[in-house]
Amino acid sequence: MLGYILRRLFIAVPVLFGVTVINFIIMKMAPGNPVDMLVSPKLPEAARQAKMAELGLDDSAVSQYISWMKNLLFHGDLGYSMITFQPVTDMIMDRLGPTILIMGTSLILGLFIAIPIGILSATKQYTKLDYFFVTGSFLGISIPNFFLSLVLVYVFAIQLNWLPSSGMKDIGTTGSVWTVLLHMVLPVIVLVANVAGRNIRYVRSSMLEILGQDYLRTARAKGLKESRVVNKHAMRNALIPIVTIIGLEIPILFGGAVVIEQIFSWPGIGQLTLSSIMSRDYSTIMGLNLVAAFVVIAANILTDIVYAIVDPRIRKSYLGASKR
Amino acid sequence: MSLFKRYFNKKAYDAEKTVIWSEELPAPSKGLFLKRFKKHKLALFGFWFLVAVAICAIFAPLLAPYEQNEMSAQFSAAPSMEHWLGTDQVGRDVLSRLIYAARVSLMVGLFSIAIAAVIGTVLGLLAGYFGGIIDGIIMRITDVFMSFPYIIFILVVASIVGPGLTNIIIILGVLGWPSIARLVRGNVLALKQSDYVKASVALGYSTPRILFKHILPNTVAPILIYATSGVAGAILDEAALSFLGLGVQPPDASWGNMLSSAQSISILTDLPWLWIPAGLMILFTVLSVNYIGDALRDALDPRNTK
Repeated sequence: MLGYILRRLFIAVPVLFGVTVINFIIMKMAPGNPVDMLVSPKLPEAARQAKMAELGLDDSAVSQYISWMKNLLFHGDLGYSMITFQPVTDMIMDRLGPTILIMGTSLILGLFIAIPIGILSATKQYTKLDYFFVTGSFLGISIPNFFLSLVLVYVFAIQLNWLPSSGMKDIGTTGSVWTVLLHMVLPVIVLVANVAGRNIRYVRSSMLEILGQDYLRTARAKGLKESRVVNKHAMRNALIPIVTIIGLEIPILFGGAVVIEQIFSWPGIGQLTLSSIMSRDYSTIMGLNLVAAFVVIAANILTDIVYAIVDPRIRKSYLGASKR
Repeated sequence: MSLFKRYFNKKAYDAEKTVIWSEELPAPSKGLFLKRFKKHKLALFGFWFLVAVAICAIFAPLLAPYEQNEMSAQFSAAPSMEHWLGTDQVGRDVLSRLIYAARVSLMVGLFSIAIAAVIGTVLGLLAGYFGGIIDGIIMRITDVFMSFPYIIFILVVASIVGPGLTNIIIILGVLGWPSIARLVRGNVLALKQSDYVKASVALGYSTPRILFKHILPNTVAPILIYATSGVAGAILDEAALSFLGLGVQPPDASWGNMLSSAQSISILTDLPWLWIPAGLMILFTVLSVNYIGDALRDALDPRNTK
């Protein structure tokens, strides 16, 4: 098991390195100079050059990359924002909490909806109930999340005036738990619709595959009750591939957060990403991109390890292969 | 099935799991394929809906009652006999813009996936067939590309190369290949073990001939199924980019940028005809494509005995 984990971590090293390089190349390709955004266009050329030198923008690309990596590796420092001059690490840390709050809630609620419905749908394959759920899941993956957001805002915030449609708390207040919860409702509904939509069919097909296995026929032939066959023998095996969902969902949720946070003015990573893209704040974009990629890679490694723990076949096949 | 393949893309994984044509499990005949496809009522419905959208897109200048940027004297007018879906803030006919915007969505959907499929297929074939160091390098590049959250990656690149229809198509195409490469590679690995490929090698056929004439035709089904869901994804991505202001730029109409103005509360509340039709068009188009993808999956599955 330890060997497996180490091997998995080892594979991630070149990928992480590649991520930093690609990230850097993209930012270097960017047209426009952040200095132009900072200083007045009337400033003399010499003063402009001085500002460039101050920000380290006139060094060669390779030396810029090396100094950026050095700061990152030895100080956990992602540099300073070229627009607000705050440390990028601090800016990201400030925004991480709200994003984790809605992403985590949506992921958990989404899976709580998708798993039972997917299993029910599979056991009742080709019934009206199955068609209903599958159609619902198609709707969930096909509706653009910004359109669903606008509809929800229109209905619940404007017409009915039940729920707030922007921010995390009411302006001028410190925000009690209750008001934060109220502000979360609409963005979380949108993300949950997406998560559940994507995964109902996944859980369903995973369960259907298990239901066709020989050992279930054996279980039925032994005279076990159908409920026991489904709940004990089938479900436990069907839940194994579902572990991978969490690893798969995290990058998609990160992307969804950009759109959702923008619409609902949610003060998280997504909103910060979009505003830094709009203001060409390269150092912040690089930091955000890197953190996002790091989270994705970490989630994937964790998924793999959990997968190997819950599925003895994978653990055994790896150990078996390594001995040969 | 390796774990590393499994976690990254479940769509690729699903398609790979369902269809690989081989000697024992041949491709369904044309008649059987059509019979199975027609059984999927929602997919048939989706097919005819897309045909209607395509006709609108191709014949937009003939069908649209007004030019897409023609301004009338009525600003923000509610739906009427003259303007079936009303007009926007500068007096342009919403229905006409909706019809012209169908061109954007269909073009982005088809062309970006075509680019992604070509790149992904070639790289996947090379990685799967040659294995070893070539495989290692291609797969690590794929891993790197897949480590960035997709939408954020697209947003960053779009902000750098600049917005616009052509750029969006190229960006979505160039960033969309990794999952296709993974999928093709997996199939090639399986097909390489089959007797007929071994026979081709023994007969001394050239490598390109084996790759493109013998292996590629048998991985068409999973690519096609994946590409269909890719079309749906590309249409959604273009709409999201245009909605955020980094996609198709006004005055050109796209369903995404037509929804963009609804970010202001006054338009959201007072001019619902401006954004609801555009949102519904995206929803129905993407839904149709997804249903067709589902029907293709059923119809092309060699294990399907019905």
